[in-house]
This record gives sequence, structure tokens and C-alpha cells, in this order.
Amino acid sequence: MAEKATIEQVITTLNEKFGESIVSFEQQYDFPVFNIKKDKLFALVKFLYDDEQFQFRYLTTACGLHYPDAEQPFGMMYQLHSLTNNLRIRIKSFTVATDLQFDSLIPVFLGANWMEREAFDFYGIKFKGHPKMTRILNVEDMDYFPMRKEYKVEDETRTDKNDTMFGRIGNDQVKV
Amino acid sequence: MKEEIIIQPQEKQYTTLNLGPTHPATHGIFQNVLKMDGEIVMDAEQTIGYIHRAFEKLGEHKTYYQIPTLTDRMNYCSSPINNMGWHMTMEKLIKCELPKRVDYMRVIIMELARISDHLICNSVVGVDTGAMTGFLYIFQWREFIYEIYEEICGARLTTNIGRIGGYERNFNETAWRKIKHFVKEYPKGLKEFENLLMRNRIFMDRTIGTGPISAERALNYSFSGPNLRAAGVDYDVRVMTPYSSYQDFDFIIPVGVNGDTYDRFMVRQQEMWESLSIIQQALDKLDKLEDKTSFHADVPEFYLPPKEEVYNDMEALIYHFKIVMSEANVPKGEVYHCVEGGNGELGFYLVSDGGTTPYRLHFRRPCYIYYQAYPEMIRGGYLSDAILTMSSMNVIAGELDS
Repeated sequence: MAEKATIEQVITTLNEKFGESIVSFEQQYDFPVFNIKKDKLFALVKFLYDDEQFQFRYLTTACGLHYPDAEQPFGMMYQLHSLTNNLRIRIKSFTVATDLQFDSLIPVFLGANWMEREAFDFYGIKFKGHPKMTRILNVEDMDYFPMRKEYKVEDETRTDKNDTMFGRIGNDQVKV
Repeated sequence: MKEEIIIQPQEKQYTTLNLGPTHPATHGIFQNVLKMDGEIVMDAEQTIGYIHRAFEKLGEHKTYYQIPTLTDRMNYCSSPINNMGWHMTMEKLIKCELPKRVDYMRVIIMELARISDHLICNSVVGVDTGAMTGFLYIFQWREFIYEIYEEICGARLTTNIGRIGGYERNFNETAWRKIKHFVKEYPKGLKEFENLLMRNRIFMDRTIGTGPISAERALNYSFSGPNLRAAGVDYDVRVMTPYSSYQDFDFIIPVGVNGDTYDRFMVRQQEMWESLSIIQQALDKLDKLEDKTSFHADVPEFYLPPKEEVYNDMEALIYHFKIVMSEANVPKGEVYHCVEGGNGELGFYLVSDGGTTPYRLHFRRPCYIYYQAYPEMIRGGYLSDAILTMSSMNVIAGELDS
């Protein structure tokens, strides 16, 4: 059996192949984190999947991200795992609110289907080429994306709840 | 001469059948819209989210020590593993080293939880094939495992067991006695259960070849845990990325061949034996350890002090106050930690911005990911096999919907 690839090799190769598209790189605890430009995301994942040595053929998880103050507030996080080399890698990609669309990873990983639907459901991020871009966990007629930072945990317009006794409203509003 | 009746071939008619959301056969709130040709399932579509409780959103508004109660309610058949997974994620974030004794104590509880998880799944597979007996008798052992939890943390189902940094208290004598009793007596019960089902003709006919998935497809669907191993891939987080000193233990990873219901059943069955052996090894290792008292790491900034100390000791009171008012200094950063849950790789992705609550919290729920493949697995099979496939996949509604 061929020698196992190391994470340094992966980092070097990615820097060579996608150097211009890599926005930033950092080491977060035991994970190398690549921040890649949106248009090269699919190509990078496909490369890692197809590469005979690295074989990142397991999509551990994917989720949406929202940093309202950043220049590119919306993002996706993907974690790939190479089971043969036992290497893990995290890939992030960010976009602006006016262009909220990523390439779907379903052609590479079937398991990405629901992960992408979840990101759509909670953040409103769309995926190009996804066969069924609809809500998955929330009700279909919901008109907002609940995981975005601007949405409060509880619906502020509700009038059927009296929260006086549970300290949920400010002290100045409590009538003694 | 009789006139021949010629039947014109008509366009095939399919029946649409709603399986669930609340039907006893689905063991939880799942809805499947099935397209049926007689008794054969032609296609299926799942609707999920009936018990979605917005854990990821709630997680962003709860302090770090409040989050275990959310994780409990994901895979409620093995909630201690979820709790431990969260504690370990936090320990990774704050870079806290645990004493070996705590690691081994955690291993014992996590393996007990794995046994109780697999035991429910396998006995319910038995029930779905019409064998009630195994389920009825083996459940006394699940009850016994819950009694052990009760001795340790006071709760049974949603345990909230342990704290960031270790355990809330040392195991008492009764707990140790019960664990030892379990290791000694459970094999008899498990053996009896195996005798009922494993080589049972009816059971084998019902399960062999139903709901299969190939290793390649399973990997592409990001399967994990017993379902992936049943398809023949030996991926186990405990071995690939050891946590809580799993590298000190000697155990095998059972794998299947066809990825069908029988293989899933057998993998879980074998894993229970392995878990028992791990618990025995952990007990032996604890006996050999010189350290007989420590039950938590020395991280006063994050570990909630015992109440007696809070009332009598200034230092403890300060730390208690700081933790409860969430003034502990949590480092900034991103951390992902995964444990081998009852159903597979249970991951916690935590983004901390140094504030009082997580900035972003994402749970990798194995159920959610592998339940996608359900239509593919039941297509072309009988309706009764579809129900069996679902219970053998061990889809837990709480984990699915988070």
C-alpha cells in the first residue's frame, strides 16, 4: 500500500493548484481551514475527491454561516474526511447577500442534498443544480430564515404570551 | 364458440399511501409518502421536521454549561454520549486535560449508553418481524442501565450527565456495584436474546436481503456508525480519531457485507459484546490506577463547584457566580469534535467569538444524514420490509429533527 498522505502535502498541493482562489488559510485546533472563493469551491472539492492520493471521499458535514458585519456576510462550511489517510479538512466559502448562491455538491456527494436544504431553510442560501431547493425542517410557508443573526429566538410580534413572570422583558417594563 | 374477452392494457395505476406521521409502525413522528404498486414500494418521499425544536438557534442563546440539556434531547436513546460529546467539545476549546480516571469513567458510561441504544434498536427490529418476546425480556436490562444513570446523575432518559471538565460527583458505591453486576449478568440476557432471533428462520427470511445499500453508496451518502459498518466499511470514530482514551482499549469493529437489515442487526449485536468487553477493560484499568478519587479536571473557571463548597468557600462561590453569570473567559476559535454516538459520527461544530454564548453551533446528526437514503433502500421492496428497514436504521426523531 502506498504511503499515507500527510496534511502538509494536502496544504501544499492545494496552495499550488488553487493558490489564487484561496482567500485565507488558518489552523483551527486540529483542523486546517481553507477559505476559498465561491466560484472555485466545486472544483476544489471535486479535486480533493478525485485525487488518487488524498481521496477525500467522505463529506462529514456542511452548514451555513452568517457574519452580519463582514464584507461577505453569508457563507458555507464543509468538512471533508479522507478515510484512507485519516485526514480532515474544513473548507469555507463566503458570499454577499445579493448573490446568495453556491454550486451544489450533489454531483460529488449525494449526502450533500439535505445538508444544503438545511442551509437554505435556515439561511436562505441557494444551491445551483439542487434538485429540490425547498425547506426541510421548518414549515413551508415560513417567510424568513430563522438562523440569520437578525432574528430573535422568540417571535417578538406575539401577543398571546405573558412573560412578566419569567423575566423575559426589561425591568423598566414590569408594572408592580 | 365463446367470444374471447380481450382486456385492453391500461395505464398502470399507482396508489399513494401516507405512512405516518403518527403511526405505531414508524416508532416516532416520521411521514413517508409512498407510491405503491400493490404491495411493492415504487417510490417514497420523506417529510421531516415534525419535532424540530431549533436547537442550533437556541444554542446560540444559551451559555456553555446550559447546552448539554439540548444535546440530551437529540438521540434520547443514548443521551449520555451526546452529553459527553458536548463536554469534550468544550474541553477541546479550552484545552483542558482530563485525568485518566475520568476518561475511563466516561468510557464506561458511554459504552453503557451504546448498549442501551443498540438494545432498543435490535429488540424493536425483532418486534417488527413479529417477535415480541425478545423485546419484552431484554428491556429489563435497559431499565437496569437507566438505574445506573440514576445513581450517577439522578436522571434516567435526558440525563445531563457530567460537567465540562469531568463529572459532577464521584460514582457512589451502589453505582459501582450495579455496573459490575451489569457486566456479570448482562451476557446471559444478551445470549438469550440472540438465541431467540439470530438463527431464527422467520427472522432471517424477513431480514436478509431487505433494505440493502452498497458500501460505495453508503459512503457517498455520508453514512456513519453501525449502518455504514453493516455495508462493509470499518469506519469507527473511536478508532479513527480516539477521544477519551479509547486508544487504551482493545476491541474489534464488526463489519457486515451486504448492508441489509440482517447485517445491521448483527453489527449492533456484535457491538454490544464489544462494549461489554470495553466496560470490563475499563473497570480493570480503574482498579490498577493509583488515582482512586479524582472525578474532574482542575479547571475551576469552567467546572461548576459542588454546592457545599459554594456555600462555605469564597473561591468556589466566586467561580460559581462567574460560571452561572457566564463570565468565564472562553477562548475565541472554531472547534469540531466528534464522538461515536449510537448511530454514528455525532459531531459538534462550535464557533466561539469569546462571548457568553456560542456564536454558531452546528450538530452533525448521523440520523439526519443517513435518513436521506431511505427511499433508495426501500424501493422495489414490500411495504412491511420498508417498516423493518426504518427500524433497523435506528432513525431517532429527536436526532433527525434536532
